[in-house]
Amino acid sequence: MKDTQHAGATSQFRIRIEEKTHVGADGSHLTAIRDLSLDLKPESMTVLMGPSGCGKTTLLRTVAGLDDDYTGEIDMPPHARLGFMFQDPRLLPWRTVRQNIELVAAPGFTETDLQTLAEAVGVADMLPRYPQELSLGLARRAALARAFSTEPDLLLLDEPFVSLDERTADRLRRLLLEVWSARPTTAVMVTHNPREALQLADQLVVMAPRPTHVLSVETINMPQAERDPAMIEALHTDLARRFPENFAGM
Amino acid sequence: MTTAEARLGTPRQQAAWYWRGPWVSIVSVVIFVLVWFLAAHFAQSRLLPGPVEVVDYVIEESLHGNLIFQLGITLWRVTAAFFVAMVIGSVIGLLMGQLPAVNRVLDPWLIVLLNLPALVIIILAYVWFGLNEAAAIGAVALNKIPNVIVTVREGARALDPGLDEMARAYRLSPWSRFRNVTLPQLQPYFATASRTGLSLIWKIVLVVELLGRPNGVGFELHLNFQLFNVTAILGYTLAFVAVMLAIEYLLVQPLERYSTRWRNKPV
Repeated sequence: MKDTQHAGATSQFRIRIEEKTHVGADGSHLTAIRDLSLDLKPESMTVLMGPSGCGKTTLLRTVAGLDDDYTGEIDMPPHARLGFMFQDPRLLPWRTVRQNIELVAAPGFTETDLQTLAEAVGVADMLPRYPQELSLGLARRAALARAFSTEPDLLLLDEPFVSLDERTADRLRRLLLEVWSARPTTAVMVTHNPREALQLADQLVVMAPRPTHVLSVETINMPQAERDPAMIEALHTDLARRFPENFAGM
Repeated sequence: MTTAEARLGTPRQQAAWYWRGPWVSIVSVVIFVLVWFLAAHFAQSRLLPGPVEVVDYVIEESLHGNLIFQLGITLWRVTAAFFVAMVIGSVIGLLMGQLPAVNRVLDPWLIVLLNLPALVIIILAYVWFGLNEAAAIGAVALNKIPNVIVTVREGARALDPGLDEMARAYRLSPWSRFRNVTLPQLQPYFATASRTGLSLIWKIVLVVELLGRPNGVGFELHLNFQLFNVTAILGYTLAFVAVMLAIEYLLVQPLERYSTRWRNKPV
Protein backbone atom coordinates (compact mmCIF):
# COMPACT_ATOMS: atom_id res chain seq x y z
CA MET A 1 0.00 0.00 0.00
CA LYS A 2 2.90 2.31 0.74
CA ASP A 3 5.29 3.72 -1.79
CA THR A 4 8.09 5.79 -0.34
CA GLN A 5 10.36 7.07 -3.07
CA HIS A 6 13.57 8.99 -2.95
CA ALA A 7 13.12 12.67 -3.56
CA GLY A 8 15.34 14.72 -5.83
CA ALA A 9 18.38 16.76 -4.86
CA THR A 10 16.23 19.53 -3.43
CA SER A 11 15.33 17.18 -0.56
CA GLN A 12 11.83 18.47 -0.75
CA PHE A 13 9.11 16.59 1.03
CA ARG A 14 6.08 15.75 -1.10
CA ILE A 15 3.02 14.30 0.57
CA ARG A 16 0.28 12.73 -1.52
CA ILE A 17 -2.31 10.75 0.37
CA GLU A 18 -5.25 9.40 -1.59
CA GLU A 19 -6.93 7.85 1.39
CA LYS A 20 -6.23 6.96 4.98
CA THR A 21 -8.93 5.02 6.79
CA HIS A 22 -9.01 3.91 10.40
CA VAL A 23 -10.72 0.62 11.12
CA GLY A 24 -12.28 0.68 14.56
CA ALA A 25 -12.34 -2.25 16.98
CA ASP A 26 -15.98 -2.86 16.00
CA GLY A 27 -15.03 -3.03 12.30
CA SER A 28 -16.41 0.41 11.46
CA HIS A 29 -14.49 2.47 8.91
CA LEU A 30 -13.57 6.08 9.45
CA THR A 31 -11.86 7.98 6.66
CA ALA A 32 -9.44 10.48 8.19
CA ILE A 33 -7.73 11.81 5.05
CA ARG A 34 -8.83 11.93 1.40
CA ASP A 35 -6.98 13.41 -1.59
CA LEU A 36 -4.48 15.36 0.41
CA SER A 37 -1.55 16.92 -1.41
CA LEU A 38 1.09 19.02 0.29
CA ASP A 39 4.66 20.05 -0.56
CA LEU A 40 6.92 21.17 2.26
CA LYS A 41 9.40 23.93 1.50
CA PRO A 42 12.89 23.06 2.73
CA GLU A 43 13.95 24.82 5.93
CA SER A 44 10.58 26.43 6.43
CA MET A 45 7.91 26.11 9.09
CA THR A 46 4.65 24.65 7.84
CA VAL A 47 1.76 24.90 10.26
CA LEU A 48 -1.36 22.76 9.86
CA MET A 49 -4.55 24.42 11.13
CA GLY A 50 -7.81 22.56 11.18
CA PRO A 51 -10.87 21.81 13.27
CA SER A 52 -10.09 19.37 16.06
CA GLY A 53 -10.44 15.74 15.09
CA CYS A 54 -9.94 16.50 11.39
CA GLY A 55 -6.97 14.17 11.01
CA LYS A 56 -3.95 16.43 11.55
CA THR A 57 -2.32 14.10 14.03
CA THR A 58 -3.03 11.16 11.72
CA LEU A 59 -1.26 13.04 8.95
CA LEU A 60 1.82 13.66 11.12
CA ARG A 61 1.93 10.02 12.20
CA THR A 62 1.67 8.91 8.59
CA VAL A 63 4.49 11.24 7.53
CA ALA A 64 6.60 9.94 10.43
CA GLY A 65 6.15 6.40 9.16
CA LEU A 66 4.26 5.33 12.27
CA ASP A 67 1.31 4.25 10.15
CA ASP A 68 1.88 2.48 6.82
CA ASP A 69 -1.73 1.68 6.14
CA TYR A 70 -2.71 4.29 3.55
CA THR A 71 -2.88 4.75 -0.21
CA GLY A 72 -0.67 7.36 -1.81
CA GLU A 73 2.98 8.21 -1.51
CA ILE A 74 5.26 10.28 0.65
CA ASP A 75 8.54 11.33 -0.99
CA MET A 76 11.35 12.12 1.33
CA PRO A 77 15.14 11.85 1.18
CA PRO A 78 16.44 8.33 1.88
CA HIS A 79 17.22 7.72 5.55
CA ALA A 80 15.75 11.08 6.50
CA ARG A 81 16.27 11.73 10.20
CA LEU A 82 13.17 12.71 12.17
CA GLY A 83 12.57 14.79 15.25
CA PHE A 84 9.10 14.37 16.75
CA MET A 85 7.59 16.40 19.54
CA PHE A 86 4.38 14.78 20.75
CA GLN A 87 1.46 16.36 22.61
CA ASP A 88 2.83 14.87 25.82
CA PRO A 89 6.61 14.91 26.32
CA ARG A 90 7.02 11.12 26.06
CA LEU A 91 10.39 11.07 27.76
CA LEU A 92 11.49 7.71 29.13
CA PRO A 93 10.84 8.06 32.90
CA TRP A 94 13.63 5.59 33.77
CA ARG A 95 16.29 7.51 31.88
CA THR A 96 17.74 10.87 32.88
CA VAL A 97 17.16 13.87 30.63
CA ARG A 98 20.73 13.43 29.36
CA GLN A 99 20.17 9.74 28.59
CA ASN A 100 16.86 10.53 26.89
CA ILE A 101 18.63 12.92 24.55
CA GLU A 102 21.72 10.79 23.97
CA LEU A 103 19.59 7.78 23.15
CA VAL A 104 18.26 9.37 19.95
CA ALA A 105 21.00 11.93 19.15
CA ALA A 106 22.57 12.04 15.68
CA PRO A 107 25.79 9.99 15.31
CA GLY A 108 28.06 13.05 15.26
CA PHE A 109 26.35 14.73 18.22
CA THR A 110 29.10 15.70 20.69
CA GLU A 111 29.11 16.66 24.36
CA THR A 112 29.59 20.30 23.29
CA ASP A 113 26.55 20.07 21.01
CA LEU A 114 24.56 18.62 23.89
CA GLN A 115 25.57 21.41 26.26
CA THR A 116 24.85 24.13 23.67
CA LEU A 117 21.43 22.69 22.88
CA ALA A 118 20.54 22.09 26.54
CA GLU A 119 21.49 25.67 27.36
CA ALA A 120 19.53 27.03 24.40
CA VAL A 121 16.31 25.35 25.59
CA GLY A 122 17.06 25.97 29.27
CA VAL A 123 17.50 22.42 30.58
CA ALA A 124 21.28 22.47 31.15
CA ASP A 125 20.78 22.06 34.91
CA MET A 126 18.24 19.30 34.40
CA LEU A 127 20.45 16.88 32.44
CA PRO A 128 21.12 14.55 35.41
CA ARG A 129 17.46 14.62 36.55
CA TYR A 130 14.74 12.06 35.85
CA PRO A 131 11.67 13.31 33.91
CA GLN A 132 9.36 12.83 36.92
CA GLU A 133 11.33 15.53 38.72
CA LEU A 134 10.49 18.08 36.00
CA SER A 135 7.45 20.31 35.61
CA LEU A 136 5.45 19.90 32.41
CA GLY A 137 7.05 23.04 30.98
CA LEU A 138 10.54 21.73 31.67
CA ALA A 139 9.67 18.30 30.32
CA ARG A 140 8.48 19.95 27.09
CA ARG A 141 11.80 21.80 26.89
CA ALA A 142 13.64 18.51 27.31
CA ALA A 143 11.47 16.96 24.59
CA LEU A 144 12.30 19.91 22.34
CA ALA A 145 16.02 19.39 22.96
CA ARG A 146 15.61 15.71 22.15
CA ALA A 147 13.81 16.52 18.88
CA PHE A 148 16.66 18.78 17.78
CA SER A 149 19.41 16.42 18.98
CA THR A 150 18.69 14.08 16.07
CA GLU A 151 19.71 16.95 13.75
CA PRO A 152 16.48 16.18 11.91
CA ASP A 153 15.83 16.49 8.21
CA LEU A 154 12.21 16.81 9.20
CA LEU A 155 10.90 18.12 12.49
CA LEU A 156 7.33 17.16 13.39
CA LEU A 157 5.52 19.04 16.16
CA ASP A 158 2.12 17.77 17.30
CA GLU A 159 0.52 20.55 19.36
CA PRO A 160 3.70 20.79 21.40
CA PHE A 161 2.50 23.65 23.61
CA VAL A 162 -0.97 22.38 24.45
CA SER A 163 -2.10 22.39 28.13
CA LEU A 164 0.54 24.86 29.27
CA ASP A 165 -0.42 28.18 30.79
CA GLU A 166 -0.29 30.98 28.24
CA ARG A 167 2.90 32.58 29.60
CA THR A 168 4.85 29.32 29.60
CA ALA A 169 3.48 28.44 26.17
CA ASP A 170 4.54 31.82 24.83
CA ARG A 171 8.04 31.52 26.26
CA LEU A 172 8.36 28.05 24.71
CA ARG A 173 7.14 29.30 21.34
CA ARG A 174 9.85 31.98 21.30
CA LEU A 175 12.35 29.37 22.42
CA LEU A 176 11.32 27.09 19.56
CA LEU A 177 11.79 29.96 17.09
CA GLU A 178 15.25 30.71 18.48
CA VAL A 179 16.46 27.14 18.38
CA TRP A 180 14.86 26.55 15.01
CA SER A 181 16.32 29.74 13.46
CA ALA A 182 19.79 28.70 14.63
CA ARG A 183 19.35 25.25 13.04
CA PRO A 184 17.25 25.72 9.90
CA THR A 185 15.10 22.61 9.58
CA THR A 186 12.08 21.62 7.55
CA ALA A 187 9.34 21.60 10.13
CA VAL A 188 5.66 20.69 10.27
CA MET A 189 3.59 21.73 13.22
CA VAL A 190 0.00 20.90 14.11
CA THR A 191 -2.01 23.29 16.23
CA HIS A 192 -5.53 24.52 16.74
CA ASN A 193 -4.42 27.77 18.30
CA PRO A 194 -4.71 30.34 15.45
CA ARG A 195 -2.46 32.96 17.05
CA GLU A 196 0.23 30.36 17.61
CA ALA A 197 -0.12 29.32 13.97
CA LEU A 198 0.17 32.91 12.71
CA GLN A 199 3.12 33.62 14.96
CA LEU A 200 5.17 30.63 13.80
CA ALA A 201 4.16 29.75 10.25
CA ASP A 202 5.98 30.40 6.98
CA GLN A 203 3.24 28.41 5.28
CA LEU A 204 -0.11 28.17 6.96
CA VAL A 205 -2.05 25.16 5.70
CA VAL A 206 -5.78 25.43 6.24
CA MET A 207 -7.28 21.95 6.51
CA ALA A 208 -10.83 20.77 5.85
CA PRO A 209 -12.89 18.82 8.41
CA ARG A 210 -12.70 15.02 8.22
CA PRO A 211 -11.94 13.45 5.79
CA THR A 212 -9.32 16.13 5.66
CA HIS A 213 -7.55 17.69 2.70
CA VAL A 214 -5.83 21.00 2.05
CA LEU A 215 -8.24 23.95 1.66
CA SER A 216 -5.62 26.63 1.19
CA VAL A 217 -1.93 27.32 1.73
CA GLU A 218 -1.29 30.84 3.01
CA THR A 219 2.27 32.08 2.78
CA ILE A 220 3.35 34.59 5.41
CA ASN A 221 6.45 36.35 4.14
CA MET A 222 7.41 38.38 7.14
CA PRO A 223 10.11 36.78 9.37
CA GLN A 224 8.60 35.39 12.57
CA ALA A 225 10.67 37.64 14.84
CA GLU A 226 9.24 40.80 13.23
CA ARG A 227 5.56 39.90 13.59
CA ASP A 228 3.73 42.07 16.10
CA PRO A 229 0.37 41.40 17.81
CA ALA A 230 -1.46 43.93 15.59
CA MET A 231 -0.32 42.19 12.43
CA ILE A 232 -1.25 38.77 13.81
CA GLU A 233 -4.72 40.11 14.73
CA ALA A 234 -5.18 41.51 11.20
CA LEU A 235 -4.20 38.17 9.63
CA HIS A 236 -6.47 36.38 12.05
CA THR A 237 -9.47 38.58 11.20
CA ASP A 238 -8.91 38.01 7.51
CA LEU A 239 -8.65 34.24 7.91
CA ALA A 240 -11.65 34.10 10.24
CA ARG A 241 -13.71 35.76 7.49
CA ARG A 242 -12.52 33.39 4.77
CA PHE A 243 -12.42 30.16 6.79
CA PRO A 244 -15.01 30.53 9.56
CA GLU A 245 -14.93 26.75 10.20
CA ASN A 246 -11.27 26.87 11.18
CA PHE A 247 -10.85 30.26 12.77
CA ALA A 248 -14.17 31.58 14.04
CA GLY A 249 -14.80 31.58 17.76
CA MET A 250 -11.15 31.33 18.73
CA MET B 1 -13.09 28.12 62.04
CA THR B 2 -15.50 25.54 63.49
CA THR B 3 -14.30 22.79 65.77
CA ALA B 4 -14.70 20.20 63.04
CA GLU B 5 -12.47 22.18 60.72
CA ALA B 6 -9.95 22.70 63.47
CA ARG B 7 -9.78 18.99 64.07
CA LEU B 8 -9.37 18.25 60.38
CA GLY B 9 -6.73 20.93 60.06
CA THR B 10 -4.50 19.49 62.77
CA PRO B 11 -1.53 17.71 61.19
CA ARG B 12 -1.28 14.05 62.10
CA GLN B 13 0.88 13.53 65.13
CA GLN B 14 4.27 12.03 64.42
CA ALA B 15 4.47 8.37 65.43
CA ALA B 16 6.07 7.72 68.81
CA TRP B 17 9.72 6.60 68.81
CA TYR B 18 8.90 2.94 69.43
CA TRP B 19 6.78 2.76 66.26
CA ARG B 20 9.62 4.05 64.15
CA GLY B 21 12.67 2.03 63.14
CA PRO B 22 13.04 -1.72 63.60
CA TRP B 23 11.94 -1.86 67.26
CA VAL B 24 8.54 -3.37 66.69
CA SER B 25 9.95 -6.14 64.49
CA ILE B 26 12.66 -6.94 66.99
CA VAL B 27 10.22 -7.15 69.91
CA SER B 28 7.91 -9.32 67.81
CA VAL B 29 10.72 -11.80 67.05
CA VAL B 30 11.82 -11.85 70.69
CA ILE B 31 8.26 -12.68 71.79
CA PHE B 32 8.13 -15.53 69.26
CA VAL B 33 11.41 -17.02 70.53
CA LEU B 34 10.22 -16.61 74.13
CA VAL B 35 6.95 -18.45 73.45
CA TRP B 36 8.90 -21.21 71.72
CA PHE B 37 11.32 -21.40 74.63
CA LEU B 38 8.55 -21.61 77.25
CA ALA B 39 6.55 -24.15 75.25
CA ALA B 40 9.61 -26.38 74.90
CA HIS B 41 10.47 -25.92 78.55
CA PHE B 42 7.03 -27.05 79.79
CA ALA B 43 6.59 -29.80 77.19
CA GLN B 44 9.92 -31.42 78.12
CA SER B 45 9.66 -33.60 75.00
CA ARG B 46 12.20 -34.85 72.47
CA LEU B 47 9.61 -33.87 69.84
CA LEU B 48 9.70 -30.16 70.73
CA PRO B 49 13.28 -28.97 71.25
CA GLY B 50 13.80 -25.41 72.41
CA PRO B 51 15.52 -22.62 70.46
CA VAL B 52 18.83 -23.12 72.26
CA GLU B 53 19.06 -26.78 71.28
CA VAL B 54 18.15 -26.02 67.67
CA VAL B 55 20.71 -23.24 67.37
CA ASP B 56 23.30 -25.50 69.00
CA TYR B 57 22.51 -28.15 66.42
CA VAL B 58 22.87 -25.69 63.55
CA ILE B 59 26.27 -24.50 64.81
CA GLU B 60 27.49 -28.04 65.49
CA GLU B 61 26.35 -29.33 62.09
CA SER B 62 27.84 -26.32 60.30
CA LEU B 63 31.24 -26.80 61.94
CA HIS B 64 31.52 -30.60 61.99
CA GLY B 65 28.61 -31.94 59.94
CA ASN B 66 27.57 -31.36 56.35
CA LEU B 67 24.85 -28.72 56.84
CA ILE B 68 26.74 -26.15 54.78
CA PHE B 69 27.20 -28.64 51.95
CA GLN B 70 23.51 -29.61 51.97
CA LEU B 71 22.45 -25.95 52.04
CA GLY B 72 24.76 -25.23 49.13
CA ILE B 73 23.35 -28.07 47.03
CA THR B 74 19.77 -26.93 47.64
CA LEU B 75 20.64 -23.32 46.99
CA TRP B 76 22.23 -24.32 43.71
CA ARG B 77 19.04 -26.15 42.66
CA VAL B 78 16.90 -23.17 43.69
CA THR B 79 19.09 -20.80 41.65
CA ALA B 80 19.15 -23.02 38.57
CA ALA B 81 15.38 -23.64 38.60
CA PHE B 82 14.76 -19.94 39.23
CA PHE B 83 16.74 -18.78 36.22
CA VAL B 84 15.36 -21.46 33.91
CA ALA B 85 11.81 -20.55 34.96
CA MET B 86 12.35 -16.78 34.69
CA VAL B 87 13.96 -16.91 31.24
CA ILE B 88 11.51 -19.36 29.64
CA GLY B 89 8.48 -17.84 31.40
CA SER B 90 9.44 -14.28 30.45
CA VAL B 91 9.96 -15.07 26.77
CA ILE B 92 6.65 -16.92 26.49
CA GLY B 93 4.82 -14.31 28.60
CA LEU B 94 6.16 -11.47 26.45
CA LEU B 95 5.12 -13.22 23.23
CA MET B 96 1.66 -14.02 24.59
CA GLY B 97 1.16 -10.45 25.80
CA GLN B 98 2.25 -8.90 22.51
CA LEU B 99 0.82 -11.31 19.95
CA PRO B 100 -2.86 -12.22 20.35
CA ALA B 101 -2.46 -15.21 18.01
CA VAL B 102 0.23 -16.76 20.21
CA ASN B 103 -1.92 -16.06 23.23
CA ARG B 104 -4.88 -17.88 21.77
CA VAL B 105 -2.79 -20.92 20.88
CA LEU B 106 -0.94 -21.20 24.19
CA ASP B 107 -3.64 -20.09 26.61
CA PRO B 108 -5.25 -23.55 27.07
CA TRP B 109 -1.81 -25.07 27.70
CA LEU B 110 -1.15 -22.39 30.26
CA ILE B 111 -4.38 -23.11 32.10
CA VAL B 112 -3.60 -26.84 32.20
CA LEU B 113 -0.09 -26.16 33.50
CA LEU B 114 -1.36 -23.70 36.11
CA ASN B 115 -3.72 -26.32 37.52
CA LEU B 116 -1.37 -29.30 37.38
CA PRO B 117 -0.30 -30.22 40.95
CA ALA B 118 3.42 -29.83 41.61
CA LEU B 119 3.61 -33.42 42.80
CA VAL B 120 2.27 -34.76 39.48
CA ILE B 121 4.89 -32.84 37.50
CA ILE B 122 7.67 -34.05 39.81
CA ILE B 123 6.63 -37.70 39.70
CA LEU B 124 6.20 -37.68 35.92
CA ALA B 125 9.57 -35.94 35.43
CA TYR B 126 11.32 -38.61 37.52
CA VAL B 127 9.44 -41.45 35.81
CA TRP B 128 10.07 -40.20 32.30
CA PHE B 129 13.53 -38.66 32.59
CA GLY B 130 15.03 -40.66 35.47
CA LEU B 131 16.18 -39.72 38.96
CA ASN B 132 18.68 -37.13 37.79
CA GLU B 133 19.55 -33.50 38.34
CA ALA B 134 18.06 -32.26 35.05
CA ALA B 135 14.70 -33.89 35.75
CA ALA B 136 14.69 -32.42 39.26
CA ILE B 137 15.48 -28.85 38.19
CA GLY B 138 13.24 -29.11 35.13
CA ALA B 139 10.31 -30.24 37.25
CA VAL B 140 10.75 -27.34 39.67
CA ALA B 141 11.07 -24.82 36.83
CA LEU B 142 8.00 -26.23 35.10
CA ASN B 143 6.01 -25.60 38.28
CA LYS B 144 7.05 -21.98 38.33
CA ILE B 145 6.93 -21.16 34.60
CA PRO B 146 3.13 -20.65 34.35
CA ASN B 147 3.19 -18.04 37.14
CA VAL B 148 5.99 -16.16 35.41
CA ILE B 149 4.09 -16.29 32.12
CA VAL B 150 0.89 -14.91 33.66
CA THR B 151 2.73 -12.05 35.39
CA VAL B 152 4.92 -11.05 32.45
CA ARG B 153 1.99 -11.35 30.03
CA GLU B 154 0.13 -8.82 32.17
CA GLY B 155 3.14 -6.49 31.86
CA ALA B 156 3.44 -6.98 28.11
CA ARG B 157 -0.23 -6.04 27.72
CA ALA B 158 0.25 -2.87 29.74
CA LEU B 159 3.14 -1.50 27.62
CA ASP B 160 2.71 2.21 26.86
CA PRO B 161 1.88 2.63 23.15
CA GLY B 162 2.97 6.29 23.32
CA LEU B 163 6.52 5.38 24.24
CA ASP B 164 6.54 2.72 21.54
CA GLU B 165 5.52 5.37 18.97
CA MET B 166 8.26 7.64 20.24
CA ALA B 167 10.82 4.87 19.82
CA ARG B 168 9.65 4.17 16.27
CA ALA B 169 9.54 7.85 15.28
CA TYR B 170 13.13 8.23 16.47
CA ARG B 171 14.12 5.06 14.61
CA LEU B 172 15.59 3.23 17.59
CA SER B 173 17.03 -0.17 16.68
CA PRO B 174 14.99 -3.20 17.84
CA TRP B 175 17.60 -3.99 20.49
CA SER B 176 17.70 -0.43 21.77
CA ARG B 177 13.91 -0.33 21.87
CA PHE B 178 13.84 -3.55 23.87
CA ARG B 179 16.52 -2.42 26.32
CA ASN B 180 15.44 1.19 26.83
CA VAL B 181 11.68 1.12 26.31
CA THR B 182 10.26 -2.39 26.83
CA LEU B 183 12.43 -3.89 29.58
CA PRO B 184 12.11 -1.00 32.07
CA GLN B 185 8.33 -1.15 31.71
CA LEU B 186 8.38 -4.87 32.50
CA GLN B 187 10.70 -4.47 35.49
CA PRO B 188 7.94 -4.32 38.15
CA TYR B 189 6.41 -7.47 36.69
CA PHE B 190 9.78 -9.24 36.74
CA ALA B 191 10.18 -8.13 40.35
CA THR B 192 6.79 -9.59 41.29
CA ALA B 193 7.48 -12.81 39.42
CA SER B 194 10.86 -13.29 41.08
CA ARG B 195 9.53 -12.39 44.55
CA THR B 196 6.75 -14.95 44.49
CA GLY B 197 9.05 -17.22 42.49
CA LEU B 198 11.84 -17.64 45.03
CA SER B 199 9.56 -18.66 47.88
CA LEU B 200 7.55 -21.05 45.71
CA ILE B 201 10.65 -22.60 44.16
CA TRP B 202 12.51 -23.37 47.34
CA LYS B 203 9.50 -25.16 48.79
CA ILE B 204 9.16 -27.29 45.66
CA VAL B 205 12.91 -27.97 45.56
CA LEU B 206 12.62 -29.60 48.99
CA VAL B 207 9.87 -31.90 47.70
CA VAL B 208 11.97 -32.82 44.66
CA GLU B 209 14.93 -33.61 46.91
CA LEU B 210 12.78 -35.63 49.27
CA LEU B 211 11.43 -37.77 46.43
CA GLY B 212 14.49 -38.43 44.36
CA ARG B 213 17.81 -36.84 45.26
CA PRO B 214 20.60 -38.26 47.48
CA ASN B 215 21.47 -34.86 49.02
CA GLY B 216 20.17 -31.39 49.81
CA VAL B 217 17.99 -30.00 52.60
CA GLY B 218 14.94 -31.97 51.42
CA PHE B 219 16.91 -35.23 51.60
CA GLU B 220 18.11 -34.41 55.12
CA LEU B 221 14.58 -33.57 56.26
CA HIS B 222 13.38 -36.92 54.92
CA LEU B 223 16.22 -38.75 56.69
CA ASN B 224 15.58 -37.01 60.00
CA PHE B 225 11.86 -37.56 59.70
CA GLN B 226 12.53 -41.32 59.60
CA LEU B 227 14.75 -40.92 62.68
CA PHE B 228 12.15 -38.67 64.36
CA ASN B 229 14.94 -36.14 64.93
CA VAL B 230 12.89 -32.94 65.29
CA THR B 231 15.93 -30.92 66.38
CA ALA B 232 17.57 -31.61 63.02
CA ILE B 233 14.38 -30.86 61.10
CA LEU B 234 13.96 -27.50 62.84
CA GLY B 235 17.69 -26.80 62.52
CA TYR B 236 17.69 -27.33 58.76
CA THR B 237 14.52 -25.31 58.38
CA LEU B 238 15.94 -22.46 60.43
CA ALA B 239 19.21 -22.44 58.50
CA PHE B 240 17.53 -22.40 55.10
CA VAL B 241 14.97 -19.76 56.06
CA ALA B 242 17.91 -17.63 57.22
CA VAL B 243 19.60 -18.09 53.83
CA MET B 244 16.43 -17.10 51.95
CA LEU B 245 15.93 -14.04 54.18
CA ALA B 246 19.53 -13.01 53.52
CA ILE B 247 18.92 -13.32 49.76
CA GLU B 248 15.75 -11.22 50.07
CA TYR B 249 17.35 -8.43 52.11
CA LEU B 250 20.87 -8.44 50.70
CA LEU B 251 20.19 -9.21 47.05
CA VAL B 252 16.55 -8.84 45.94
CA GLN B 253 15.65 -5.63 47.77
CA PRO B 254 18.84 -3.66 46.98
CA LEU B 255 18.50 -4.73 43.33
CA GLU B 256 14.91 -3.55 43.27
CA ARG B 257 15.79 -0.23 44.90
CA TYR B 258 18.49 0.25 42.26
CA SER B 259 16.23 -0.53 39.32
CA THR B 260 13.41 1.73 40.56
CA ARG B 261 15.65 4.63 41.62
CA TRP B 262 13.95 6.90 39.02
CA ARG B 263 10.58 6.49 40.75
CA ASN B 264 9.01 8.58 43.51
CA LYS B 265 11.57 11.32 43.51
CA PRO B 266 10.18 14.57 44.88
CA VAL B 267 9.65 17.33 42.32
